[in-house]
Amino acid sequence: MRESIISINNVTKRFGNLTAVDNICLNVFQGELFALLGPNGAGKSTTIKMLTTLLKPTSGTLLLAGHDVVKESHAARNSFGIVFQDTSLDEELTAYENMALHAALYSVPKDKAEGRIEQMLTLVELWDRRKSLVKTFSGGMKRRLEIARGLLHHPKILFLDEPTLGLDTQTRNMLWEYIITVNKNEGMTVFFTTHYLQEAESVAHRIAIVDHGKIVAMGDAAQLKEKTGTSSLEAAYLQLTGKQLRDETLDAAESSRERIRAFRRIRNQ
Amino acid sequence: MLSILYQLWLRQMKRFLRSGLRIIMGFVQPLIYMVALGYGLNSVFQRAGNGSYIQFIVPGIIVQTIMFSSMFWGANIIFDKQFGFLKETLVAPVPRIIIMLGNSLGGATISFLQGIILFGIALAFGFRPANWSELPFTFLCMAMLALAVVSFSAGIGAVVNDMQAFVAVNNFLLIPLFFLSSALYPLDHVPKIMRLIASVNPISYHVDAVRTSLIGVSHFGLPLDMAVITIVLGLFLYFGSYRFNRLQA
Ligand SMILES: Nc1ncnc2c1ncn2[C@@H]1O[C@H](COP(=O)(O)OP(=O)(O)O)[C@@H](O)[C@H]1O
Ligand SMILES: [Mg+2]
Repeated sequence: MRESIISINNVTKRFGNLTAVDNICLNVFQGELFALLGPNGAGKSTTIKMLTTLLKPTSGTLLLAGHDVVKESHAARNSFGIVFQDTSLDEELTAYENMALHAALYSVPKDKAEGRIEQMLTLVELWDRRKSLVKTFSGGMKRRLEIARGLLHHPKILFLDEPTLGLDTQTRNMLWEYIITVNKNEGMTVFFTTHYLQEAESVAHRIAIVDHGKIVAMGDAAQLKEKTGTSSLEAAYLQLTGKQLRDETLDAAESSRERIRAFRRIRNQ
Repeated sequence: MLSILYQLWLRQMKRFLRSGLRIIMGFVQPLIYMVALGYGLNSVFQRAGNGSYIQFIVPGIIVQTIMFSSMFWGANIIFDKQFGFLKETLVAPVPRIIIMLGNSLGGATISFLQGIILFGIALAFGFRPANWSELPFTFLCMAMLALAVVSFSAGIGAVVNDMQAFVAVNNFLLIPLFFLSSALYPLDHVPKIMRLIASVNPISYHVDAVRTSLIGVSHFGLPLDMAVITIVLGLFLYFGSYRFNRLQA
């Protein structure tokens, strides 16, 4: 029996009378690459926010590396790195300063941190721009910086909420290649959401599809196709979640324009 | 933990030093307070036979400068929410009280320095402390006031999500605290009701401590002043970290 490192047990999250996550159960195994797919407003980000201690569930329990995220939030926080759907950089600091602050927050020793920051910034091709203020960066550069930052402290689990949105194909390929390498070499578990279905198909070991806060299907890409009697993940996805366009989420903090465009693109393909 | 506190403090210093306008305002504001209050009211005060108003008012303006600059600190928390950076600190394996403290120490340093700038301006305007050797004690009181109000404001910033609500809460809570304190007028000559309000207002004790150590005029006595100042600092730090603990995103 493989050990599960992320465990979601009967978790529900309500905002007023809106049920964003509706009694879901889910286990992700140590070393797995796991994708959570679903239309806008399905509850993906809410699930990730609960897993990463940013939101308390209305009911149910969530465990990260065996630690309850509510009762043992400190231990849970030690086990992961995250790239949020919306940017979370300090734009008044330089790229390097953002990385250095992250290293301090995660108690990475100073001598180790310097080499690691250089390695990660080089990887995302921002080393030359390390002294620039983040507010001068393009959207794609900020995204790359956040991914570098999320990986900096060698997390056991990496959460990625639509990490590749707005990145060009080359950068996307390069980043996934690196993440897969770390997954293989360090056994890092990856839990990610994306609207690029081919990305999920080629990267993820297992996929869960959520809609209206519920898990509607789970399995590897082949199983999902078989279950729906379709020949592509996209067809399977559309059959499971319907063809109807969803209302954009009302959450003002979520930058939406780019998301809805990507979303429509997938829908209309 | 100490190095995390330092890094969080350093972040605020960098942000402050990179914002040209904020630095200029840091100088201009105390100057305006000094000219408007010190000079403007000096003649009135002297005519009423109370001696030099400048001597009397400088401790009050020091407290005002620190208070007004500190009470808007919470706006930075709201900006951090809106720019998303707050999430980066909230998921870090660092006790929330450290996150709140590091942030507040940054804010307190900035307002404290504004108080020092005001003190310098006051010296240039002819203000003279009665006893230079008590100056370190004055500075300690100023620092404690700055940290208390900044932490309180950070707590408000953690609760409130939009700037307008934040400003409204501030205007409602903190501005009366200042004007109903002993900062602007001696308590011996005001109506009984004003004196009563001022005596239950913690800011009066900050003003009194600064005034006692700077010009040797005391109303409540230093031991009581220090007791109140310490309790206020403790309560406000607790409030700030309590609100940070409950912060969700
Ligand atoms: N803080 C919040 N307050 C109220 N409703 C929210 C909040 N965050 C998310 N929601 C709502 O919960 C639902 C799920 O949102 P989310 O998890 O962001 O979806 P996804 O990431 O799958 O697009 C949406 O209807 C959204 O409007
Ligand atoms: Mg989302």
